[in-house]
Amino acid sequence: MTARTMFEKVWTAHEVVPETADTPAVLYIDLHLIHEVTSPQAFAMLAARGLPVRRPDRTLATLDHSTPTSTEQIFGNVPIRVDAAAKQVQMLERNAADFGVELFGMRDARRGIVHVISPELGATQPGMTIVCGDSHTSTHGAFGALAFGIGSTEVGHVFATQCLLQRKPRTFAVNVAGRLAPGVTAKDLILAIIGKVGVSGGTGHVLEYRGAAIRALSMEERMTICNMSIEAGARAGMIAPDETTLEYLAGRPRVPRAAAWDEAVARWRELASDPGASFDASVDLDAAQLEPMITYGTNPGMVVAINAAIPMRGDDPIEKKALDYMGFSGGERMLGKPVDVVFIGSCTNGRLEDLQAAARILRGRKVAKGVHLLIVPGSQQVKHAAEATGLADIFKAAGADWRESGCSMCLGMNGDTVGAGQYAVSTSNRNFEGRQGVGARTLLASPYTAAASAIFGKISDPRPLL
Amino acid sequence: MQPITQLHSTTVVMPSTNIDTDQIIPARFLTVTTKLGLGQSLFADWRYTSDGRPNPDFVLNRADAANSQILVAGHNFGCGSSREHAPWALLDYGFRAVVSTAIADIFASNALKNGLLPIVVDPATHGWLLEHPGAAVTVDLEARNLRLPNGASVSFPIEAFARHCLLNGLDELGYLQSKLDAIAGYESAHSV
Repeated sequence: MTARTMFEKVWTAHEVVPETADTPAVLYIDLHLIHEVTSPQAFAMLAARGLPVRRPDRTLATLDHSTPTSTEQIFGNVPIRVDAAAKQVQMLERNAADFGVELFGMRDARRGIVHVISPELGATQPGMTIVCGDSHTSTHGAFGALAFGIGSTEVGHVFATQCLLQRKPRTFAVNVAGRLAPGVTAKDLILAIIGKVGVSGGTGHVLEYRGAAIRALSMEERMTICNMSIEAGARAGMIAPDETTLEYLAGRPRVPRAAAWDEAVARWRELASDPGASFDASVDLDAAQLEPMITYGTNPGMVVAINAAIPMRGDDPIEKKALDYMGFSGGERMLGKPVDVVFIGSCTNGRLEDLQAAARILRGRKVAKGVHLLIVPGSQQVKHAAEATGLADIFKAAGADWRESGCSMCLGMNGDTVGAGQYAVSTSNRNFEGRQGVGARTLLASPYTAAASAIFGKISDPRPLL
Repeated sequence: MQPITQLHSTTVVMPSTNIDTDQIIPARFLTVTTKLGLGQSLFADWRYTSDGRPNPDFVLNRADAANSQILVAGHNFGCGSSREHAPWALLDYGFRAVVSTAIADIFASNALKNGLLPIVVDPATHGWLLEHPGAAVTVDLEARNLRLPNGASVSFPIEAFARHCLLNGLDELGYLQSKLDAIAGYESAHSV
């Protein structure tokens, strides 16, 4: 039998009907995650056609994108300030009740960003197909799942049939040798990968992150890597399950128990790409050569090492447009540029290890005058763990603004925004024009770099503070 | 859905590369629960000044852009989020096709499901289109080609089943539902 990639194994195992020249594959979906922003139109389609959700037991709903992060609006008697957001929340509550879908509601201790809570629950498992109306669904690939973002029409297809029509993507090996140096994180690695592959280099492909540097990462770090696969244009990103994966999953609420666990583990151990499996494309990096990274432009591929200067690309119109928007010039150094806002959170870097990293920098220090440091945990469970272990106290003592969980300032849908012209060092995933607010200028970086920049009020290398 | 066979239209040109979904429709306009009326928020941050008036420098605000159904955009159009609001906004505004040298996967998939044609052409054809804004072109879905006023005819790739659905005004869910027996068989065979 020919050597197969992990992607091919997962794909083949979920083909209800294989693809032909005339028709895409009918692909079975094991887990469908939904949230309030991309589901209303899909539920409306079901209602209009009188269809049920075929497998409510394989559907999980949460509220994250447009929800407030202020404690008063979630646990107090203050209504959600944005009326349209309040309507989306109510609509998902009603749809979940009408269609029998499990919802982690506004005050549920398990609520949070969809890509944070599903792994926390153990609902995300190796070998699964997982979809969500959100491009950062690629996060779940960290477990060796095939996980990708879909549009609302496809959300409706999964509701009605638990399947999607899909053409088989190509495969792309991202080989990362070596080991990350102290102070250099998974975020820096994925930014370097996107810088190398380019923001459209992964289009039509599923990435598989491989090599010693990847094997050395924790599950939360692997999630950071897979999360940003979409920023290279890729359909999905995957990492083979191993002992780290099993250790993370063991005992989580929704993983199989007893003999069923042993059977699952045996299956999961077969998922890794076979030796000699061939990929349609590949790229090689050496983790040991990397430094903390930061973006300087308006897409995640416009990235440099923190001590480097912005590239001089002359009259390249793409670079010029981006630098004009950012208020930067080619040749300028990134270090020392002033910062107005720092955001630590999101499905990329809103997990407990990310907050622990921020706390290492912030402990016993104060946020620079005039800088707003917003720290938003990825889930209520992350929030409670951060409070129970003293991280929240460190943040508050440093002068940070500590909130309830949600997507928050990553995309500014809920009113947590960066002002026009302001510079925000952000641990999120997109530095697109206006992403964090109209006219906002985003600099993507790791939690270490973000926290260090908050302390000094300017872009700073975190390593001297560690 | 209405069947689509051909489009005849002048083009609007937005040469920027990597036009992402946050530009096509910023997230603050996603707090809706229907697909309707999103055209007024299309390219909002480029199209309107900070006081909400039309930005006279933006291409869609020029008189000659009105009624164009074909957007010619720079490389890697539609990158970023999975929001189907992006094709909904383009369609609501009046576009029926986007032409580029690369179109992001999720955007292209969403576009096809709504009757917005994602058309990928070679760099030379793209270059000609960028240099000739307002050119009257024909998109022939049946023949899978794009015809330019200079007489050139360029074929474009399009997923066969999506094309079949668009030509016949079918929706893909109907096909999926025709496979429900196979789906139930899969579920019982795999104990899911």
